[in-house]
Amino acid sequence: MMLLPHPLVTVILTLLWMVLTGFTLGQLVLGVLAGILGGLAYRRITPQRIIVRRPGAIARLFGRVAGDIVRSNYDVARLILAGGRHRRRRAGFVRIPLDMTSPNGLAVLAVIITATPGTAWIEYEPRNGQLLLHVFDLIEGDDWVRTIKSRYESLLMEIFE
Amino acid sequence: MSHLAQIPPVIALLIAGFVALGTILTLLGAIGLVRLPSFYERLHAPTLGTSWGAAGILIGSMLMFSTLGSRLVIHEVFLGLLIMLTTPVTMMVLGRAALHRDRAEGHPPPGTEGPGQPLK
Repeated sequence: MMLLPHPLVTVILTLLWMVLTGFTLGQLVLGVLAGILGGLAYRRITPQRIIVRRPGAIARLFGRVAGDIVRSNYDVARLILAGGRHRRRRAGFVRIPLDMTSPNGLAVLAVIITATPGTAWIEYEPRNGQLLLHVFDLIEGDDWVRTIKSRYESLLMEIFE
Repeated sequence: MSHLAQIPPVIALLIAGFVALGTILTLLGAIGLVRLPSFYERLHAPTLGTSWGAAGILIGSMLMFSTLGSRLVIHEVFLGLLIMLTTPVTMMVLGRAALHRDRAEGHPPPGTEGPGQPLK
């Protein structure tokens, strides 16, 4: 049996343990123990080892998402303030065909879409790769399929696949 | 509140700005949750509080405690990460439950018919 089926999970759990308790040798030992146990437990859920590639792509994705979150926060806050007077806003569903199949990539995409106000992940159909999104403000001519695929999916596929 | 006097006014203003931004966004999210017309639209409002709402308050907290030098300021980074990682779980459960109910009642919202089969 491998002791570290998920090194990334173990490292992050150990770090979290140290941050929450203290940076001493004793806590390091306990933290590593907790990290290894966490990694072993995680293997039960996800046998496949998490592989992350291309740090450059990760940095680019991070910057892009941070900017988008700020912008969409502003947009949604303004729309809520406009309230009843703003009758032209139209919410609706958008179906997006995804090419990405990596579960980890999909999980990160879910985090991105949820963290960005104005888009909500409703359901994903693994049989045909269709993602159903709910969009708060469907602006005419805005191509959501292309936005999601070119802004996020292509980078996520570089990182996880 | 003597320790507050140790913070230079410029930093104090910055902290106040970030905390005000965070709380205002969280409040707007709560107002949206009450006032928006449909369930799916109401799903969007609280994400204001979990994205920049939380980030504003956390950045304010980081600035404050790193100025006071009382502890390592990495707690907030982890708090933010944990909030970001756990929100999608609840959002998906709520969204899928609503969609499932609408489909079971025979009136799926426009745009959700077609290739997607009803959830089993």
